[in-house]
Amino acid sequence: PLDKTTTFGGKTTVTLIPGDGIGAEVSESVKEVFKAVNAPIQWEQVDVSGMEIGDKHMEDLFRESIASVKRNKVALKGILHTPVERSGHQSFNVALRQELDIFASLTSIKNLPGIETRHKNVDFCIIRENTEGEYSGLEHQSVNGVVESLKIITREKSERIAKFAFAFALANNRKKITCIHKANIMKLADGLFRNTFKKMAENYPTLECNDMIVDNASMQCVSKPQQFDVMVMPNLYGGILSNIGAGLVGGPGVVPGCNMGNEIALFEPGCRHVGLDIKGKDQANPTALLLSAVMMLRHLGHHAHADLIERAVLGVIAEGKTRTRDVGGDATTQQFTRAILDKVEQL
Amino acid sequence: GFKGKKGSDGKYTVTLIEGDGIGPEISQSVKDIYSAANVPIKWETVDVTPRLKDGKTVIPDEAIESVNKNYVALKGPLATPVGKGHVSLNLTLRRTFNLFANVRPCRSIVGFKTPYDNVDTVLIRENTEGEYSGIEHVVVDGVVQSIKLITRDACERVLRFAFQHADAIGRKKVRAVHKATIMKMSDGLFLRTAHDVAKEFPHIEFDAELLDNTCLKMVTDPTPYNDKVLVMPNLYGDILSDMCAGLIGGLGLTPSGNIGDECSIFEAVHGSAPDIAGKQLANPTALLLSSIMMLQHMGLNEYAENIQQAIFKTIAEGKTITGDLGGSAKTYEYADAVIKALK
Ligand SMILES: Nc1ncnc2c1ncn2[C@@H]1O[C@H](COP(=O)(O)OP(=O)(O)OP(=O)(O)O)[C@@H](O)[C@H]1O
Ligand SMILES: Nc1ncnc2c1ncn2[C@@H]1O[C@H](COP(=O)(O)OP(=O)(O)OP(=O)(O)O)[C@@H](O)[C@H]1O
Ligand SMILES: [Mg+2]
Ligand SMILES: [Mg+2]
Repeated sequence: PLDKTTTFGGKTTVTLIPGDGIGAEVSESVKEVFKAVNAPIQWEQVDVSGMEIGDKHMEDLFRESIASVKRNKVALKGILHTPVERSGHQSFNVALRQELDIFASLTSIKNLPGIETRHKNVDFCIIRENTEGEYSGLEHQSVNGVVESLKIITREKSERIAKFAFAFALANNRKKITCIHKANIMKLADGLFRNTFKKMAENYPTLECNDMIVDNASMQCVSKPQQFDVMVMPNLYGGILSNIGAGLVGGPGVVPGCNMGNEIALFEPGCRHVGLDIKGKDQANPTALLLSAVMMLRHLGHHAHADLIERAVLGVIAEGKTRTRDVGGDATTQQFTRAILDKVEQL
Repeated sequence: GFKGKKGSDGKYTVTLIEGDGIGPEISQSVKDIYSAANVPIKWETVDVTPRLKDGKTVIPDEAIESVNKNYVALKGPLATPVGKGHVSLNLTLRRTFNLFANVRPCRSIVGFKTPYDNVDTVLIRENTEGEYSGIEHVVVDGVVQSIKLITRDACERVLRFAFQHADAIGRKKVRAVHKATIMKMSDGLFLRTAHDVAKEFPHIEFDAELLDNTCLKMVTDPTPYNDKVLVMPNLYGDILSDMCAGLIGGLGLTPSGNIGDECSIFEAVHGSAPDIAGKQLANPTALLLSSIMMLQHMGLNEYAENIQQAIFKTIAEGKTITGDLGGSAKTYEYADAVIKALK
C-alpha cells in the first residue's frame, strides 16, 4: 500500500483527527512518541469536532477532514462526539466511514500482560461491517407515535466483509472465524448475511468456521471468551460485542482498532468512546490510540518503528509502575507518556 | 397486579406447561418441592403442542382457556423446530397473551463460582415489537430491508411496568438503555417516552445510558447495576439479558417472567436439552427460580422466601448438586435436598 500514500521528504503524510473528549490529550501522546522514535510520519491535523450542533465552520472542517483522508489514504483518528439531540444530523463518525467507504472495522480484544482482568488468555478480533445494517440512517414516522427504522443488508456488502474477514484471518495466522447474527429472528436480513458468509467460507477450506446467534455470543463472551478467534458481524452487533470485549480486557483505553476500505485505512481506538467525562483532566489512557498507531505504522511498512513503540508501551504496562487510572494506576496521561519515552531510550 | 383468586379449597390454580425434553423432570421437582412447602397452589397441567388451524400454528384452546382463567402459568422449555418458516411456540404464546414485558433477574449463586461475584441485575425487555416485528422484504435480489418498529404505546407500557416493578422489588432507580445517537427517531422515541413516564414516578431516580456504555460497564463491573432496574427495546434486551446470564454462569440458573396486561407466564430460559432428557441429569433451578418470581407476582412472598433460601443453601453446601454445577446428584436427589432445607 506504500505507493498509494503521499510521501514528502522521505516522510509519509498522514491525516490526524484527534477528535473530541480525550482526543487531544491522547493524540499529543502519540505525537510525542512518534517524534521520539523518529517515525517517518508527517501529520496533517484536522481539528474537526462533533460537539456543536449545526455549526457552519464545523461542517467545513468535516469536509476538509474527508478531503485530507482521501488525499493521504491513511489516517489516525480519535472519536467525535455525537449528541443525542442532534436530530436529523448523522453522527460524524458514521458519516466519515460511509463517505470514505471504509467498510471493515477491526477491533483487537487482547489481554495485555500487567493489566489484571477477570478473564485470562483472551485474544480475538471483531470484524464489523461498517457502512450499512442498523446504521443506515433511514428512519421515518409513519403516523404520530409509530416509527420505522430500516436495517439494510446487501449481498454485495456482506460478501465484501466476509471476504475481508477470511483474508484477514489467513494473513494473521488466525484459525477460526465465527459469524455472528440473529438469523432466527431476522430471517431475511441476517439470513442473507449468514448465508453469504457460509458461501464465502467454501473458498477458505483451511479455516474453521462456525456461526452463533448474537445473544449466545454475548453470553459466551463473558463466560468463555477464549473460544473466539475472529468474529465477523453486521454493524450493530459489532458495537455491542466490541464493548463487551473491551470490558473483558481493561476498557476502551487499551483496545486498538482500524477501519479499512479498498484504498483507505483509518486507524482509531477499537472501542469507540469519546471520554467527555475526563476531557482535559490528564487522566486518559493513550494506549488504545498508541497501539492503533502501531497498526498504522505496520500498514505503512515501518515495522522497526512499530515494533519499538509497541515494545515500549507494552513494557511500561507490564512493569506496572506507571499506569493510568482506568487500568488501576494513578499516573497521568503525561506521566504514562513520559514512562514510554524513557522506555524507548532504554530499548 | 395479579388478578387470580383462591378457590374454595384455599388454593390458587396455576397453569403448568411442563414442556419438552427435560421439562417433565424439572416440573416434577417443582411440584414435589411445592407440596413439601405447602404452597397453596393447585397445578393445572396443559399441553401446548401446536396445532394447525386454517394454515396457522395455534396453541390448543384448552391451554389458552386455562391461562386466561388462572391468569398465571409456569412453563418449562419448549423445543423450537429449526427453520421451515415455523413461528416459534414461544412467540405464539407471547402474541396470544400479549406478554409485553420480559423480566430477567440475574443473581450470583453462592457456591457456583464465576469470574463475577455479587451480581444482582434486573433487566426488563420490551417483548412485542422493535427488531422482532418480523417485517422484512427483499427490495431487489441481494438487498434486504428489515424494519424495526417502535410505537409510543408499546414503549409507554413497558416503561411504566419497569417503574412499577422497581417499586415492587424495592429498587429506587430505573435506567433506560438505548442507541439514540444512531437510531435517532426510533430509539429517540423510546428515550423521550421514558423521560415522560419517569415524571409519573418522582420517587424513583431515572436516567438513560447508551447501549455501548452499558455493555462496557456491566462486563467491567456489574455491581453498580445492583440497585437499578434496566429497561430497553427488544433486541438490546435479548442480548443483554443473555449476557447477564453469562455473568452468573449461564442459562441453567436464570429465571424469567413474561408479563401481560391480564396474564403472566414464568419460565426457565434454557432449552429442552434433549441430550440429557429422561436421565434425571437436569438441573431444575432455573424453573424453580422462575416459579419463585411467580410466587412473588402472586403475593405469596413467604413461600417464595422459604423455597429460595432452601435452593441457595443446597447449592452453597455443594453436596447435592447436579452435573452442570459440578456435582453428581440426580434431579430428584437435588429436589429432595431442597425439601430437607425448607424451614
Ligand atoms: N482512553 C481512555 N482512557 C481512559 N478512560 C477512557 C478512555 N476512553 C474512554 N474512557 C472511559 O470510558 C467510559 C465511557 O466513555 P464514553 O466516552 O462513552 O463516556 P460517555 O460520557 O458515556 O460519552 P458518550 O455518551 O458520548 O458515549 C468513560 O467513563 C470514559 O472516561
Ligand atoms: N436445566 C438444565 N440442567 C442441566 N443441563 C442443562 C439444562 N438446560 C440446559 N442444559 C445443557 O445445556 C446445553 C444447551 O441446552 P439447551 O436445552 O439450552 O439447548 P438445546 O439443546 O438446543 O435445546 P432446544 O432445542 O430446546 O433449545 C445442553 O447440552 C444441556 O445439556
Ligand atoms: Mg460512548
Ligand atoms: Mg435470547
